[in-house]
Amino acid sequence: MSAPLLSIKGVSKKFGAVVALEEVSLDVGAGEFFALLGPSGCGKTTLMRCIAGFESPDAGTISLSVVDLSGVPPYRRPVNMMFQSYALFPHLNVFENIAFGLRRQGGTRDAIDARVGELLAMTQLSAFGHRRIDELSGGQKQRVALARALAPRPKMLLLDEPLAALDRKLREETQFQLKEIQRLTQTSFVIVTHDQDEALALADRIAVMRAGRVEQVAGPMEIYDRPATRFVAGFVGETNFIEGRLDRNGAAALVAEFGRIPCEPGDLPDGARATLSVRPERIGVAREGEGIAGFVENFVFRGETTLLRVRVARDIVLRAAACHGERHAIGDSVRLNFPPGAGTLLAEET
Amino acid sequence: MSARRRLSLGERLVIAAPYLWIGAFFLAPMLLIAKISVSQSVLARPPYRPIFEPSDSLAAIWAKAQTFSFDAYRALMSDTLYLESYLSSLTIAAVSTLIALIIAYPFALAMARAPERLRPMLIGLAAAPFWTSFLIRVYAWIALLKDDGLINNALMALGLISAPLQMFATTGAVVVGIVYSYLPFMLLPLYAALERQDPSLREAAADLGASPAQVFLRVTLPLSREGVIAGALLVFIPAVGEFVIPDLLGGSETLMIGRTLWNDFFSNHDWPAASAAAIALVAVLMIPLLLWERARLADEDDAR
Repeated sequence: MSAPLLSIKGVSKKFGAVVALEEVSLDVGAGEFFALLGPSGCGKTTLMRCIAGFESPDAGTISLSVVDLSGVPPYRRPVNMMFQSYALFPHLNVFENIAFGLRRQGGTRDAIDARVGELLAMTQLSAFGHRRIDELSGGQKQRVALARALAPRPKMLLLDEPLAALDRKLREETQFQLKEIQRLTQTSFVIVTHDQDEALALADRIAVMRAGRVEQVAGPMEIYDRPATRFVAGFVGETNFIEGRLDRNGAAALVAEFGRIPCEPGDLPDGARATLSVRPERIGVAREGEGIAGFVENFVFRGETTLLRVRVARDIVLRAAACHGERHAIGDSVRLNFPPGAGTLLAEET
Repeated sequence: MSARRRLSLGERLVIAAPYLWIGAFFLAPMLLIAKISVSQSVLARPPYRPIFEPSDSLAAIWAKAQTFSFDAYRALMSDTLYLESYLSSLTIAAVSTLIALIIAYPFALAMARAPERLRPMLIGLAAAPFWTSFLIRVYAWIALLKDDGLINNALMALGLISAPLQMFATTGAVVVGIVYSYLPFMLLPLYAALERQDPSLREAAADLGASPAQVFLRVTLPLSREGVIAGALLVFIPAVGEFVIPDLLGGSETLMIGRTLWNDFFSNHDWPAASAAAIALVAVLMIPLLLWERARLADEDDAR
């Protein structure tokens, strides 16, 4: 593999006594769509601001194309940012907002006009070049912000919660647009988001962050199917945490209060306390036959599936997704099946 | 929006109050001055004719009105003293406004960028001079600027000069006095405009490759335009008609319209001439206000 475009090594940052980033190391490749995902206060925005140059790390290095960026001011970094508030210049029209970065780079009037025209077309704003910013809708502002950040052809585009201000319907549409624009421009996108759906939908790879640390870096499928920690499993998607003790004799299984669940033991020792994370849709629901017995305590119709809350022990309720068409009533007794590899075994967190 | 409804009596009174105030204490005196400006100067008390009496019949009022003349205005045009006073006043006010702007802008910027908890205190400090009488503060400048004042004494003690500099009773001293006295009026609107600016706009500009100087010129300065204009008007307009500062700090060669007016009223007892000069001053000062208003309206039209 060639050298990554962005390389973050051991970056730490404190604000007073508050630790914002602790020993963060990450690589982002050229042309990659990368997501920094985590709850608010996890340090994802601070990390992005360090990359843009608005904050400087207390320790560690950030390098772009093998060039160390420490001490390089924001205006000399070949990285552009799309702000959560969009930060469009209210005294300039749409055209001049997009041209702002180009004018700083110099270049002929014709070249700038052509580039702005290109971006206006790409973001479907061609008719709006002469509009003032306060005459635009939220979605249009979002597109101007994107076009403005892309105009100087940055090596990397940072997007701070780019869809947070849009309503739900527009958000989905914009997700596709973003992905398309990223594919067309071949620019590395690093998106900061607290919305797991957004990260899963957009990113090639996701870094899940918690309390200033990176918990896992992987592709969306792996994050979802093979979460590295209990936090990742719980933050990304819905899951059941089943506690028990590992039994490696014969077919490995987690021995829980309500029964044995087959699992891949990894390198955990026999008898270790562990937690199995199982997604609701990976649990098979049957009316009778093999499996762990329980009864339906409650259910929520979700369209594609019906989410059942199944009580399997006195104080253990599992969530399982039943396929569309199966009808269940409160109080029905059911059998839950755990196919091999349905869950991910997580070591007890120390 | 609801259809236009009739206002209640109470609402009408509330709306009418400021208009009545302006009418009684601003417009009526202005009309009096306008009337005096078209009267004849005479040696009497009051020193002008005609004088309308409540007992005058309509015919008498008409006869008196026949004597109105624009001689005072004609004299204004032909008397170079007035013309020079106007020009000198406008120049002194313009220079003072510019200097006040140059001093106040970095001040306002520092206040707007100071930690939020310090800002109320900084605003308080900026307004602190108002706690002392304006007159006393201008007198204090005499003590600083005069030949054996603090500044000259300090410079002589340091051996930087051998003879006192002539600072007091000069046009320069008037400019210093105006800048000093009106600085808060420049500072506060500038601060208000700068404090409102979203800091992420500056970050966005820097992110797009603007150096700190370019961020200032392309973003901070244009976005503070309203504050600059408001501050400049608040300094320029009163400075043009300023009387106390040129009277106390200015020399005999410092011509300002306020002083010329004062002389005509109180030394020459030529009330019509002085009134005409005052009316002309109002007209002159309306011009920048009207220009500003036009620019503002044009801006709003653009927004549509």
